[in-house]
Amino acid sequence: MKVRLLTGVLSLLMPALVLAGEYNLTVDRVEIDTGDFVKEGIGYNGKSPGPVLRFKEGEDVRINVTNNLDEMTSIHWHGLILPYEQDGVPGISFPGIEPGETFTYKFPIQQAGTYWFHSHSGFQEPDGAYGAIVIEPEGREPFRYDREYVVQLTDKHPDSGERIMRNLKMMPDYYNREQQTVGEFFSNASENGLMNTVRDRMAWGDMRMMKADVEDVQGFTGMINGKGPAQNWTGLFEPGERVRLRFINSSAMTNFDVRIPGLDMTVVQADGNNVQPVNVDEFRIGVAETYDVIVHPRHEQAYTIFAESMGRSGFARATLAPEEGMEAPVPPMRDPARLTMADMAGMPGMDHGDMDHGDMSASEGMDHSSMANMDHSSMGGDDGQPSDPFYAKGSGIMPVAANDGKFLSYADLKAQKPLYEEREPTREIELRLTGNMERYTWSINGVKYEDADPIRLQYGERVRFKFVNETMMTHPMHLHGMWSILDVGAGKWNPIKHTVSVQPGTTVYMETEVDAPGQWAFHCHLSYHAAAGMFRKVIVEGGPDSTQAKTDVAIEEGGDA
Amino acid sequence: MSRIRSLITVSLLGSMVFPTAVAAQEMIADTTSRKQALTSWGVQFEELEYRYSDDDEELGVWSADFFYGTDDLKVRWLTKGEYAIEEQAYEGLENQLVAQVPISDFFDAKAGVRFDTPEGPDRTYAVLGITGLAPQWFEIDANLYVSEEGDTSAGLDAEYEVLLTNYWILSAAVDATVAFSEDREIGVGKGLVSTETGVRLSYDLVDRAFSPYIGVVHERKYGDTADLAEAESDSTEDWFAVIGARIAF
Repeated sequence: MKVRLLTGVLSLLMPALVLAGEYNLTVDRVEIDTGDFVKEGIGYNGKSPGPVLRFKEGEDVRINVTNNLDEMTSIHWHGLILPYEQDGVPGISFPGIEPGETFTYKFPIQQAGTYWFHSHSGFQEPDGAYGAIVIEPEGREPFRYDREYVVQLTDKHPDSGERIMRNLKMMPDYYNREQQTVGEFFSNASENGLMNTVRDRMAWGDMRMMKADVEDVQGFTGMINGKGPAQNWTGLFEPGERVRLRFINSSAMTNFDVRIPGLDMTVVQADGNNVQPVNVDEFRIGVAETYDVIVHPRHEQAYTIFAESMGRSGFARATLAPEEGMEAPVPPMRDPARLTMADMAGMPGMDHGDMDHGDMSASEGMDHSSMANMDHSSMGGDDGQPSDPFYAKGSGIMPVAANDGKFLSYADLKAQKPLYEEREPTREIELRLTGNMERYTWSINGVKYEDADPIRLQYGERVRFKFVNETMMTHPMHLHGMWSILDVGAGKWNPIKHTVSVQPGTTVYMETEVDAPGQWAFHCHLSYHAAAGMFRKVIVEGGPDSTQAKTDVAIEEGGDA
Repeated sequence: MSRIRSLITVSLLGSMVFPTAVAAQEMIADTTSRKQALTSWGVQFEELEYRYSDDDEELGVWSADFFYGTDDLKVRWLTKGEYAIEEQAYEGLENQLVAQVPISDFFDAKAGVRFDTPEGPDRTYAVLGITGLAPQWFEIDANLYVSEEGDTSAGLDAEYEVLLTNYWILSAAVDATVAFSEDREIGVGKGLVSTETGVRLSYDLVDRAFSPYIGVVHERKYGDTADLAEAESDSTEDWFAVIGARIAF
């Protein structure tokens, strides 16, 4: 307490000693070349992705953002803890940045790690308005590395964001080219028997749901640091060096399964917060998440960074090599994922109002047979079935490492250093993730943002959020302004995140220390789900006013360090 | 219950002299488009084709719809036409303007007007219908019509798609019309009036925006309607070879 007070007094008395940095960003129309196609998009300082902003913990930053577009824009600093007016969400934090206007963001940097920034206006983010943030810690890193690279994943699509939204509204399966075909019917029939296959198709047809509905938007080119697979972004290393790769998924819609054949990866950070190191062969990075991994290439050879989309409709590829021009083999993509009945488990009775009871019991009868049947066909045997507590048991999108090795689970993530003292949550708020694929409507508790009241939190409380995913899609839920402490059952070591991917048919809990006054956005980070209504405003009532809050948080951080 | 309680708590807090309540009021309201209902539009030509009959008749045919609106309310313009190329006359020309609202997860109700202005007498109808996706992926469009003459009729369209591959699509469509009273002037008898059955094989050439197809269409008139057609020495059954394209934008 004394230390905190002292630090607080010092920081008030010596503002001149505080680090200050000034940064300039312009928001521009840019050309984006994926190697597969060239399109117009939006970028920063003339390119997409924009620059990597490098801040230092403890620094007061001023970021001048000049809007060179002919429409409003904004920048949200994804994962940064800051006063709400600086959070960059039009209509929630501030009015937005007018065409021709230069808006200056001012906030203290109170954290370290890998983050990113993006527009929160319209469909500018899927159109290319994103960049990376790297914050150097005040103290020493708890792990060693010799060099580091940002590895920013994106899913660049030939259609503009606005057009994609309209196409999805017109035909929800507009972009889905992995649907089940007649050919698949016959191959399933020969594997599982004709009647099982017919029953399986009937069960899904009864729900009017598609097993192939894993990725809403296909047809993109996976990019790493602005380079498509053919353009092959390359990061250099000297054999024997430890290389820190800061993975950021800035995709609009795509979760990626990432691996580097031939290299073990040690995950050391998730969403900007250090975690207890865990060695993996592969990890799935949800939209808007970040993972920092350290690799230790010892040989004079190239390695491929291979990121397949979760639905296997596209991939990103880059290379780590001792010298420019070296390449390693690019593995083929695995078979497209198929959802199972387990992924539908969250649907309330799978009842859609217009089914009568006779239909229901019939379809339930079918569910069992098709589920058992699916488990065999997609998972290959009962023994050693992959399992991850953050996926429905028997889920069709259960991650499996390509080399049958270790696939990272949320359950493996343990905070390196808890940010908050552990305490009982003051209350629980249930958020059912809801939607209707055929109408392409997405909502929370069945209510779209346009019709929803804000979620009201009280400053100082610790809220336990219960996400119940009643849809068949993965929703990366992102709460602005305050940390999401993901409940992995590790008590005080639960990891601290800013984005939590909630898999179909699962219930996930996270806790939030309500320590940031103001109003904040809380939404699914899939661009077209957020735009369709899976979005909330959170109002934090009470507490000090925002300027006091800033100092308060700064003191707390100081006390920690 | 707990929700009500927390609401009460919030309003109590608000009514007290908490400075935060004032601060909360000063925070901006979301007036961006995000807070408004998402408006969308689209154009789809389900059929745009040339038909060649077993009687050497040539037709230009379209069936299209344009929509504009939100999840809760859409305006839809449906247009259908059959143009006899040799006679240079519309055998059929139908325009509907309907408002459409959701009534269940997969179905919408619609209401509006339909104008038929082919060669010969015109008709105006009031339309009441439902449209949506039935279990097992059948697209259904069912309508009830009442003409200004007081004649009532009903139409049922059903469509089913078979994916040979993700680009080669075989679609089967059946349209059936039933009249509950006779409208002799436009050649409609009481009972089952007519059916049109089509099977089309398409290929998605440009996304789902342009999908050329070939197919076979069978048209048949029944009962009194067939008798009326025979009396006019019109055909009661036709087979067509068709070539065309599905278009969406």
